[in-house]
Amino acid sequence: MDTYSLLREIADSWVLLALFSFFIGAVIWAFRPGSRSTHRDASDIPFRHDDHPAARDQEQEARP
Amino acid sequence: MWEYVKLVALGLVVLCAAIAANYARDLAYMVHAVIIMLVAGGMFLYTLRTIDEERVPIDHTQYMDGVIRYGVIATSFWGVVGFLVGVFIAFQLAFPVLNFEWAQGYMNFGRLRPLHTSAVIFAFGGNALLCTSFYVVQRTSAARLWGGNLAWFVFWGYNLFIVLAATGYLLGATQSKEYAEPEWYVDLWLTIVWVAYLLVFLGTLINRKEKHIYVANWFFLAFIVTVAMLHIVNNLSVPVSIFGSRSVQLFSGVQDAMTQWWYGHNAVGFFLTAGFLGMMYYFVPKQAERPVFSYKLSIIHFWALIFLYIWAGPHHLHYTALPDWASTLGMVFSVVLWMPSWGGMINGLMTLSGAWDKLRTDPIIRMMVVSLGFYGMSTFEGPMMSIRAVNSLSHYTDWTIGHVHSGALGWNGMITFGCLYFLVPRLWNKERLYSLSLVNWHFWLATIGIVLYAASMWVTGIMEGLMWREVDAQGFLVNSFADTVAAKFPMYVVRGLGGVLFLAGAVIMCYNLWMTVRRSPAKEAETPAMAPAE
Repeated sequence: MDTYSLLREIADSWVLLALFSFFIGAVIWAFRPGSRSTHRDASDIPFRHDDHPAARDQEQEARP
Repeated sequence: MWEYVKLVALGLVVLCAAIAANYARDLAYMVHAVIIMLVAGGMFLYTLRTIDEERVPIDHTQYMDGVIRYGVIATSFWGVVGFLVGVFIAFQLAFPVLNFEWAQGYMNFGRLRPLHTSAVIFAFGGNALLCTSFYVVQRTSAARLWGGNLAWFVFWGYNLFIVLAATGYLLGATQSKEYAEPEWYVDLWLTIVWVAYLLVFLGTLINRKEKHIYVANWFFLAFIVTVAMLHIVNNLSVPVSIFGSRSVQLFSGVQDAMTQWWYGHNAVGFFLTAGFLGMMYYFVPKQAERPVFSYKLSIIHFWALIFLYIWAGPHHLHYTALPDWASTLGMVFSVVLWMPSWGGMINGLMTLSGAWDKLRTDPIIRMMVVSLGFYGMSTFEGPMMSIRAVNSLSHYTDWTIGHVHSGALGWNGMITFGCLYFLVPRLWNKERLYSLSLVNWHFWLATIGIVLYAASMWVTGIMEGLMWREVDAQGFLVNSFADTVAAKFPMYVVRGLGGVLFLAGAVIMCYNLWMTVRRSPAKEAETPAMAPAE
């Protein structure tokens, strides 16, 4: 089998399966139980540190 | 010690560039060698004169905003340059006499067109992406930019790339790949700059004080990584001579065409879409003062967009030597891509739910909303045009040009303007913009300009497509090519006028931003501890 046909064979079987499962996995991960509070916290990130970086020791303090 | 190494390196660059200029085989290469020699020489003198000065230690309690301020200025400047060249070549198409005889070979349409596309995409869009990504990654990581002066290297290095690319086009150095025209040594330079950009961005993310990487940064990172990959693969070429600007592509024939459009479409997908979505996911929530509508949707939007876009390229090569299965694959993925695109648009628009009244009072949010509207419109139009039957009518006509501009002017342009209006008062520590009514003027001029542009290109594109395929009862073609060109004249003029309106809006923006920096009242520091160190 020439290289092209071999790669083609691998690409439209196992690689397709791997990429598709990764994608489905990412969607399921987004909807996992308990993700709501994480996401609410993450979507608030832009409103926290407008003026200057968090000091190294304030790391925990910044997150309620 | 480091300063001496730098001096030696800069001195060697000057010497090599001088030798290269002497042995240059073509004008473009010689001009570029001289530019590099002057830039390196200037930096050599600067380094030499400041070598004994005290180094100011990096202040990790402040964000690094100087480079972002320069990025904002560069974005506005290149924007106006790019739009101006665009307006000029639009009128060159309507009135060929504008291809002046005395400037043949330098300022005719063929030379200026890549200058226009690169100026708006890479200079205007690229600088906008650079400065917004530096702004966003710092604020959402709560960390200063990593790498000290490396961010400055990225900014100046990228703008040197733009100058080399632009002068190269005018002097005829091009490898004839759309949106990848710069020749081999300019490509190599961009690769170095891009790796530095990736390092600055990743370093800042690694230093982050937030546990979660905010979604805007995912889009920016996808943009940086994918553009690096696309750039390297599409520019695989062998220089004819080390002292000349010509090179030979590694791929040939249909493989070259496929690689080019894999690059070309993903430049749209990852440069003009993923990167600008990163801007959208930060600046729309900030300007609306509420978090993004659905964070879950933004995650799905991200992964779906990343997985689908990379396959869509073959739709540029319908009815060519490319195998049918490949162009069908590209077409199917393009149509599926419609879904995540609209998911992202809905996510951006619905961020305003509960705050729709801001549309009436805040022209900046209006700009962002219109940009999302154009994003939705062009991501519907694109999949439709990628369908083979539609493409047989639309391909090679001005419909394509109209589609590109409704995306580029509407989506990329408007969201960038919104971000610039957001950034300037904050970066220069001003209370507010100089004038909101000028923002309104800009908004309406730009919107009407885009509508004129897109509408005239639809009419002329479909007309031209229908005229090309019209056959009489005997099966002979009815129209010659010149007939279609003559029929397009009125629409070309309307298109040019639309461009003039858009350009006028951008000039008003520059005036407004300039006056904001000069005249707007300074923001009073809330507490003395928060005043900037400089």
